[in-house]
Amino acid sequence: MIRRLDAFLPLIGVVGLLAIWSLVTSRQWVDPVLLPSPAETFKAFWKGMDGGALGFDFVKTVYRTTMATAIAAVIAIPLGILLGSSERLYRSLEFVIDFFRSTPASAMFPLFLVLFGVGDETKISVAAFGAILVILFNVAYGVMNARKTRLLAAKVMGASRLRVLFDVMLRESLPQTFVGLRNGVSLALVIIVVAEMFIGSQDGLGHSVFEAQQLFDMPRMYAAIAAAGALGYGLNLLFLTIERRYVHWSGK
Amino acid sequence: MDATSDTFVSSPTDFPSTPPVGGAGKRPHVTIRGLSKRFGKTVIYDDFDLDIPRGELISVFGPNGCGKSTLINMIAGLIPIDAGRILFDGMLLSEIKFGYVFQNYREALFPWMRAFDNIAYPLKLMKVPAAERKARTEALVERLGVKIDLNLYPYHMSGGQQQLVSIMRSLVVEPEILFLDEPFSALDYEMTLFMREQLQKLFIESGTTMVLVSHDLEEAVYLADRVLLLSRHPARVADFMPVGVPRPRGDETLSDPEFVRLKAHCLEVFQREVRRG
Ligand SMILES: Nc1ncnc2c1ncn2[C@@H]1O[C@H](COP(=O)(O)OP(=O)(O)OP(=O)(O)O)[C@@H](O)[C@H]1O
Ligand SMILES: [Mg+2]
Repeated sequence: MIRRLDAFLPLIGVVGLLAIWSLVTSRQWVDPVLLPSPAETFKAFWKGMDGGALGFDFVKTVYRTTMATAIAAVIAIPLGILLGSSERLYRSLEFVIDFFRSTPASAMFPLFLVLFGVGDETKISVAAFGAILVILFNVAYGVMNARKTRLLAAKVMGASRLRVLFDVMLRESLPQTFVGLRNGVSLALVIIVVAEMFIGSQDGLGHSVFEAQQLFDMPRMYAAIAAAGALGYGLNLLFLTIERRYVHWSGK
Repeated sequence: MDATSDTFVSSPTDFPSTPPVGGAGKRPHVTIRGLSKRFGKTVIYDDFDLDIPRGELISVFGPNGCGKSTLINMIAGLIPIDAGRILFDGMLLSEIKFGYVFQNYREALFPWMRAFDNIAYPLKLMKVPAAERKARTEALVERLGVKIDLNLYPYHMSGGQQQLVSIMRSLVVEPEILFLDEPFSALDYEMTLFMREQLQKLFIESGTTMVLVSHDLEEAVYLADRVLLLSRHPARVADFMPVGVPRPRGDETLSDPEFVRLKAHCLEVFQREVRRG
């Protein structure tokens, strides 16, 4: 009986947070202008999402984040496999990859602005740039760390180098590839939201948060923050679900 | 010596001109001549000769680090040799079908494939059509009388079942020779006893030449037609002892006076070799 209730354990934190939030606002411990009640925030959220501006901004951000991640994946996965399958090649590029991986992608905004102007391309390409390095790094390590015994097993069974690559190394690298994809999409979202705030954007969740703050419309601002949070969580969950479904052996 | 090894290279059929090493009587299946291997400065094998008779199960036993794994890995082509010749009925490794069973079944099986597909995978590499792959795998399972759910993924199976799957994977191509490097040492005792019986059954059933590395003397003698006792490296053949106890062997074999005598003999040779080092 108790076990069955375990599924609801995560709700405790949510309910607790809402309770404290309600308490704080109803007792007016914090200036209500700075922190609206949960009900007000939820109302703003619902109004915004249900055909309002927030829904439009949400879709914009989803589109940019998805584009950036997709572009990053298409470039980084094959490249990661290539680098990973030759350890010497990877070692020779390791410093460059680590250097750019450690460079805050936001520092690249001015450069990309010069290259692509103030449109969507800049936001998407900076986010893709950040995500590429994260995904590339993980895929390459996934391929390099393929179990030696498994590679040997395929080899003694008579698998050619190409077969070993496709039948073993690729599969072996999938769990690590998904780690890269999840980190990559999270990073892409962060970069997109920041870009929407500061790079002359007319829409997107970042713009929505920033504009609401400028107008001092606090319920709308919190609603936009919640939407961004939900998006980040949802994207992560999406990749986890795909991973569980198709990389069922991960961690086994 | 150089002249002799030259003749080996030019005409492998000359092999029987050297007297067979150990295994008298039977026609040798594997012929090893002048095998040398070193890791850095450590000489593991130096001009090593051995004949492995066809259709026998050979157990390889010896002190830790003497080169047991190195020997079967060289025969199975997993690691290169420095010098010498290893021939299978006069043929090269690339011309024959063989199987290799790893100690670490967890890392040797493919977790993304169901057990059945793992077993059938070598046939896929041989470009056997799907329908025939299925039929041949089913026939093998049938013949061996294996009763486990092969629709499971390896990570849902017990260690013994996984190792059984991995042995079946190596048998599906009907290999002429099967190498096993401590296949049961990662299993618990109960499973080990069970797997010994399974392996004996597979051996009697298939008649495949098998080379088994074991660190358990009782197991080595129990399963073997012949025990290869190696010295410390550089490894020499300390003894190549036939085990005349009839098959199928069972629990009663363990108390059979002949079995006990052979085991004691192996232990004596082993201890002499350990002390020498
Ligand atoms: N790749 C390698 N590089 C360097 N030395 C090695 C390598 N492989 C094995 N050796 C050394 O060669 C010797 C023989 O190794 P091998 O693994 O064949 O021994 P073994 O008889 O199988 O030992 P064990 O009982 O531990 O399984 C050991 O001393 C080992 O340390
Ligand atoms: Mg060994």
